[in-house]
Amino acid sequence: MHATPVVRRGRSTFMRRNARAGYLLAAPAILGFLIFTMVPMVASFVLSFTDYQIINTPSFVGWRNYRELFDGTDSLFFKSLKATNYFVFLSVPLNTIFAFMLASLLNRPIRARGFFRAIYYIPSVVPVVAVTTIWMWLLNPDLGLINVTLRKIGLPTNKWIFSEPTVIPSLALMDLWATGNIVVIYLSGLQGVGTHYYEAVEVDGGNAWHKFWNITVPMMTPTIFFNVIMGFINGFQSFAQAFMMTQGGPNNASLFYMFYLYREAFTFSKMGRACAIAWILFLIIGVLTAVIFRTSKYWVFYEGSDER
Amino acid sequence: MKRRKTIFSVLVYLLLSLGAVFYLLPLYWMVRSSLLPMAQIFRMPPIWIPNPPQFGNYSQALRILPFGRYLGNTLTILIPTMVGTLLTSSISAYAFARIEWPGRDIWFGLIITGMMLPYAVTLIPTFLGWKLLGAYGSYYPLIVPSWFGGGAFNIFMLRQFYMTIPHELDEAAYMDGAGHLRIYFFILLPLIKSALIVVGLFTFIRVWNDFLGPLVYLKTEKQFTLAIGLQQFVGQYTAQWHLLMAASTLVALPTVTIYLIGQRYFVEGIALTGLKG
Repeated sequence: MHATPVVRRGRSTFMRRNARAGYLLAAPAILGFLIFTMVPMVASFVLSFTDYQIINTPSFVGWRNYRELFDGTDSLFFKSLKATNYFVFLSVPLNTIFAFMLASLLNRPIRARGFFRAIYYIPSVVPVVAVTTIWMWLLNPDLGLINVTLRKIGLPTNKWIFSEPTVIPSLALMDLWATGNIVVIYLSGLQGVGTHYYEAVEVDGGNAWHKFWNITVPMMTPTIFFNVIMGFINGFQSFAQAFMMTQGGPNNASLFYMFYLYREAFTFSKMGRACAIAWILFLIIGVLTAVIFRTSKYWVFYEGSDER
Repeated sequence: MKRRKTIFSVLVYLLLSLGAVFYLLPLYWMVRSSLLPMAQIFRMPPIWIPNPPQFGNYSQALRILPFGRYLGNTLTILIPTMVGTLLTSSISAYAFARIEWPGRDIWFGLIITGMMLPYAVTLIPTFLGWKLLGAYGSYYPLIVPSWFGGGAFNIFMLRQFYMTIPHELDEAAYMDGAGHLRIYFFILLPLIKSALIVVGLFTFIRVWNDFLGPLVYLKTEKQFTLAIGLQQFVGQYTAQWHLLMAASTLVALPTVTIYLIGQRYFVEGIALTGLKG
């Protein structure tokens, strides 16, 4: 009986040692979170209510930054929202469907799968500055490969990134080219779908379409869910295309939100207003993510749970 | 039935090959344009195979774009970032995967949730903070954050790897009197080598391609990285497509090469990150 306290004391020193070691070894990550996420987040919120422009001492202006964005004092705000929304709601569905199709093809029992996978992934590792330069050349209205080809086969050419109605679709097309990492994520998901499900469909006399629609798609919904959310988060923060290729033009038709924010902050030094712009983006992404999460119970299927 | 299957698989190959052509075409076009003389680049119908290839374009691009210095600058950021990321992400992930301590799951949850925060929100205060410290215009803002956990993404991935290793290993070492640091360094680190390679490769690509970071924090042309140097070059030599394509090829070559060498690890890493959903 008297052995118990000894054991307990041993156990508690063990736990205390672990607690110390745990905090010590996790310290870089915890400090990093506090210094580079938590503190800037709070600071950004506070700054968004000030008129800070670097040269002045910031003073509180209440909701003015937000009000000026919404009441049309800065007409570019709504333009940038429109351009970004157009891009995101075009490119995320396109990317999702296209990458999923490509991954499904790659998942067939084919030879040279690794070879094809490598080819589709390569554009994703090309530096974005190089990607935009290549596409500026391909999309060049006079001499770019795309218009030259269209002209040769007798189709109407286009001004692509230099024309208001086509600039966003052009950038979405370019985005499809670098979709390789999403393809690889889908492919690895597809390879995790148990073959016994497909066998069950075969026993029931189902064909390839039944397999795809009743097994593959439902089993892949968690992966699709993940990719759609990440696609929205990344899409809303697209920057390089506007900065490198279009400068937000023509006529602000590609004024990406992040580019607009960058310009307010680093060209015009309007730090307070830029923080307000950032927080609105945060809210938009937050609401969108919440909506996707809320609807997920109707369309995301988790293996091993009976309830959906 | 058999015939239908054959037709189907021929169709699959056809579609995949067609797609592959479209994926490679822009890159081929870049290399082709980089090897043509200025006069031939605009010729119709387009020339597909440069004959003879104008390697002189590359030496000309190298004369305008100080590749050596930009490469040195890029490596000045890359190497310490790589070391910091590998070291601190693996050690933090160890604490989250292998030690039980109060508050562990809350901190881990917070760090992972932080990943969802748009970087737009933290960008400006972080910039102002570095400016306040007098580090604006230096490499510190681009390097130091990697020494603080190396990114939530990497911590998450390495933790997943650690969790697949049986606990008996560290328990045995613990009984022999080894501390956590020794277990981490001598027992577990060698076992997650392939995951560390994944983190290293992704870090390489991320830093090499980083565009916004150097754009925000570097003041003078002397400090430029390759990515930002190329951007500058594009602005100045707008219509000289043969030179622009030569410079783009030079900047893209290292990441593509690294990817082709480490392909297996890339696929492994992407698979792991995508399966979290």
